[in-house]
Amino acid sequence: MRATFSHKGRRKKEHNVLAYTSRRIVYVIPIVLSVALVCFLLVHITPGDPLVAVLPADASQELAAQLRSAYGFDRPLPVQFGLWLWRAIHGDLGNSIATGRPVLSEVMRAVGNTVMLAIAAAMIGFTLGLLFGLIAGYFRDTWVDKVATSIAIAGVSLPHYWLGMVLVIIFSVQLNWLPAVGAGPGGSGAWAWDWEHLRYLVLPAITTSVIPMGIVTRTVRALTGDILSQDFVEALRAKGLRETEVFRHVIKNAAPTALAVMGLQLGYMLGGSILIETVFSWPGSGLLLNSAIFQRDLPLLQGTILVLALFFVLLNLLVDIAQAAIDPRIKRS
Amino acid sequence: MSAMSDTALQAAPASKARGYWATVARRIRRDKVSMACAVILLLIFASALLAPWLHLADPYQGSMIRRLRHIGTPGYPLGTDELGRDMLARLIYGGRLSLVIGILPVVLAFIIGTSLGLIAGYVGGKLNTAIMRTVDVFYAFPSVLLAIAISGALGAGITNSIVSLTIVFVPQITRVAESVTTGVRNMDFVEAARASGAGPFTIMRVHMLGNVLGPIFVYATGLISVSMILAAGLSFLGLGTKPPEPEWGLMLNTLRTAIYVNPWVAALPGAMIFAVSICFNLLSDGMRSAMDIRN
Repeated sequence: MRATFSHKGRRKKEHNVLAYTSRRIVYVIPIVLSVALVCFLLVHITPGDPLVAVLPADASQELAAQLRSAYGFDRPLPVQFGLWLWRAIHGDLGNSIATGRPVLSEVMRAVGNTVMLAIAAAMIGFTLGLLFGLIAGYFRDTWVDKVATSIAIAGVSLPHYWLGMVLVIIFSVQLNWLPAVGAGPGGSGAWAWDWEHLRYLVLPAITTSVIPMGIVTRTVRALTGDILSQDFVEALRAKGLRETEVFRHVIKNAAPTALAVMGLQLGYMLGGSILIETVFSWPGSGLLLNSAIFQRDLPLLQGTILVLALFFVLLNLLVDIAQAAIDPRIKRS
Repeated sequence: MSAMSDTALQAAPASKARGYWATVARRIRRDKVSMACAVILLLIFASALLAPWLHLADPYQGSMIRRLRHIGTPGYPLGTDELGRDMLARLIYGGRLSLVIGILPVVLAFIIGTSLGLIAGYVGGKLNTAIMRTVDVFYAFPSVLLAIAISGALGAGITNSIVSLTIVFVPQITRVAESVTTGVRNMDFVEAARASGAGPFTIMRVHMLGNVLGPIFVYATGLISVSMILAAGLSFLGLGTKPPEPEWGLMLNTLRTAIYVNPWVAALPGAMIFAVSICFNLLSDGMRSAMDIRN
């Protein structure tokens, strides 16, 4: 089959993917604008005056008015949105009310730690999920399948912040093997790739990996089962292919959907890390969000959510394009 | 042709004569896992509902001299918390608030999302585009982030946490409802109803609602599992209810300080969240396979 693939045909396929990519990018623009609008409006659904957080209790009316116009809160909403968006496009998300530092640099510094946690968790969760899913789907309705399915359903039903606590109880309190909180010895901010630092990553990463593990297992199990019940598998076996060869075909057919699910899960891990980062005091974007909420630091809250949501949109875009590139069956409509 | 269908009818096994929903109910009753989950959930619901009549200790009454007793202490079967309050009583009373803030958002989102999805799927055209593109915007946020963003902006409180979770789930249910409705819309019986002069509202209510509700209901049951975890998670962060109210997520948070003294008592509230969450998940799976009559 592959030998008869003409050069012309391949070029046409590339052209298709390219057209799909550009259409998909155009489609993402209104989504990005709406996401920005939602983040902007978040500050305006908050009860009370956002200035309360910065104003000293005995502030004069004059000072209040001065700060109000400095933050731009005195202009009409659409104007405020326009100005805010214009500055955001130029990388200016305002200054944190609590620390006075630029929001963007605070967020970007924290996001690095969250990305590290998410990637470590993805390596654990996706590997186990793919393994369990393939085995469960291949040996459907046997005891192996039942065990793998039970692990998966427990994974998606676990309150992960509670799992984090239980792991701390077992491995930090009882066994004293791993640290309970933080991201390095002595609370220093510098990260290094040695065991002294990596041991801080173990428990948060395992905790984060549980939900994606469960979801990938369930998806891959269903995919494998569906593919194995199709006629072409029967034909491959009739042709005399060994089971390992048949398995290779199963993986090839399951790959695009599995990839899409894993991409989405990576996005959820990046954006939904607040609970786990709170449990482990992991200095990432989730912990930043937590402090922004409780210090009523609205520019920081707004900026963190905007950056995380944009990461998520971008990741979805990349996954869609990758999926279209490897799967010729995707309807490019 | 008619003779053939007559013999087919007679040859059909007795079970085929039952209605669809009767068959589904029978299949669920035979599923041991689903029934076990239903029993566990019923017990948790009943004990939360009947808590004042169960002769429990006062869930608010603490004592400094009996703090953090271990599980199995006489008089305190599940120990006491960091303020010396009886854990068994607090776990049972805690179910009242935890179950309400976990389930109510899904119920509200079920009503709103089904209506929106039904309208979008049936009317189609520009209205469909408007509704579904708005839904897409919410899909651009990871659900945990969206829940915490709205809840964090609105401020702590039970009502705010219910509102934020409802906003998170409405788009998800709308999407399911819209896709199911679009599938049913072009079927012959809907066309027949339209040809016999039924108005759009009658068609949606009488002919379509019954056919789309099943799959949406199964999806929503699975969502309760997520909602329980998120609602308790908001309380865990301090965005839900306030102390001294017993609520599983908040209890988990305040007991965090106790993990070095009495770790297993500290872990109990999370076990309750896990139990409810996994039961709803398994029940949703059981219903899904029971409704898939083809197997």
